[in-house]
Amino acid sequence: MSRRRVQTFIFVGSIVLAFLLQLTPLPQAFLPLKPYWIALVLIYWSIEAPERMGLGFAFLIGLAGDLLTGQLLGEQALRLIVLVFIVLRFRSRLRFFPLSQQALAVLALLLNDRIVVIMVRGFSGDPIPSLGFWVSPFVGMLAWPFVFLLLDDVRARLRAHET
Amino acid sequence: MPLSSPDKVSLFAEGAVSTARLIAYLTLAMIVMVVDHRGNYLEHLRAVAGTLVEPVYRMAALPSDVARAGRLAVATQTQLVDENRDLREALLLAQVRLNRMSALTAQNDRLKKLLDVQNELGLGVQLARLIDIDLDPFRHRVVLDAGSAQMIKVGQPVLDAFGIMGQIVEVLPNTSVALLITDPTHAIPVMVRRTGLRTIAYGTGAIDRLQLPNIPISADIKVGDELVTSGLGGRFPMGFEVGRIVEISNDESGMFAAATAKPAAALDRSGEVLLLQDLPQPMGPPAPEETPAPDAAAASSSPEPGR
Repeated sequence: MSRRRVQTFIFVGSIVLAFLLQLTPLPQAFLPLKPYWIALVLIYWSIEAPERMGLGFAFLIGLAGDLLTGQLLGEQALRLIVLVFIVLRFRSRLRFFPLSQQALAVLALLLNDRIVVIMVRGFSGDPIPSLGFWVSPFVGMLAWPFVFLLLDDVRARLRAHET
Repeated sequence: MPLSSPDKVSLFAEGAVSTARLIAYLTLAMIVMVVDHRGNYLEHLRAVAGTLVEPVYRMAALPSDVARAGRLAVATQTQLVDENRDLREALLLAQVRLNRMSALTAQNDRLKKLLDVQNELGLGVQLARLIDIDLDPFRHRVVLDAGSAQMIKVGQPVLDAFGIMGQIVEVLPNTSVALLITDPTHAIPVMVRRTGLRTIAYGTGAIDRLQLPNIPISADIKVGDELVTSGLGGRFPMGFEVGRIVEISNDESGMFAAATAKPAAALDRSGEVLLLQDLPQPMGPPAPEETPAPDAAAASSSPEPGR
């Protein structure tokens, strides 16, 4: 019971932290480098705890993200649904990939996410963003091992603490 | 959505996520987007959820606030002395300018009285701070710490000490969102100060560039020209610094010149900004009166025959 509560705490905490990181300011030159933290955390939980994750949950998280940062309600919801769907579909394979290969898969996911953004913005009449727009997925790929190891470590520590 | 015992799911099976669910949720997201795009419900929703959103904004800005406070706390004596001296010099300079300005203002008042001009160029301003968070690196929007509780309205121009920064596009109870002039969706009517040439400056998405397409080839414009707001369009009042031309080239068709300008305001720095309080006169014909009042029409026409 208590262990489950601790796990829930990590789960919620990591998502809240991802939202705050997403809003954190950076110097102007580094802004395009900011990875899509919310996506990284959702990918982690889709791989590690799929029973907590689902398309409905991704939809809600996306709506929350739009409420905080977005201009169009539903944009991030759509992006995260696509992302979580792909991860859950290929989860059985993704979780046994070595970390480097997983990072490459994350890159593919984030690039796909960028294409979804371009599509949504194209339909809503927004101008197509500059070339720097494509840098963020690569930073996301580099950040993935750290996100993965950090969250794994925190969970493992708490599990050890419990027993 | 509990998985049906995850251990039994075969390696290449569909798993718990069926395509039907995906399509259902995608459709839902698209409906939400279309409805929002048509009706701009997000703004209303965010105005309602403002009490929830604002604390998150403040929390996200906390680390940089702490960092700034920390930097100030460990700043060395010499740094502070240097800064103090610089500020003193700047103040002196500003004072001198102000004195000259007050002489000019007095002269202006006298001349205006001579001309019997009624309308004043009084400036009601309000100070606000930027909340240091990043909404989206590819859209130039900033969050300010004043909202509807401080009587901020959508459309108010935002300025800093050097020029126009942008305008308020969204107001929450205690914060507001401003669109910078460099946002790709922003356009501002400007005038070349030297010649009075009117044109429009578009945002480019780069923080230090504005674009002025469609300038007639024959127009008198050159690198270094200052751009000020023209007051047309009824959003920005006239005469505020916008930027300076840094480059002029021909556009692809060769029919027009296209200029690039550098914004005058320090858009990429955070700190205090000014919000102009009085919105400029709306352009176009005045809104129709609520009561057409036939006798008022008669009263206005009655002096005519007398003349």
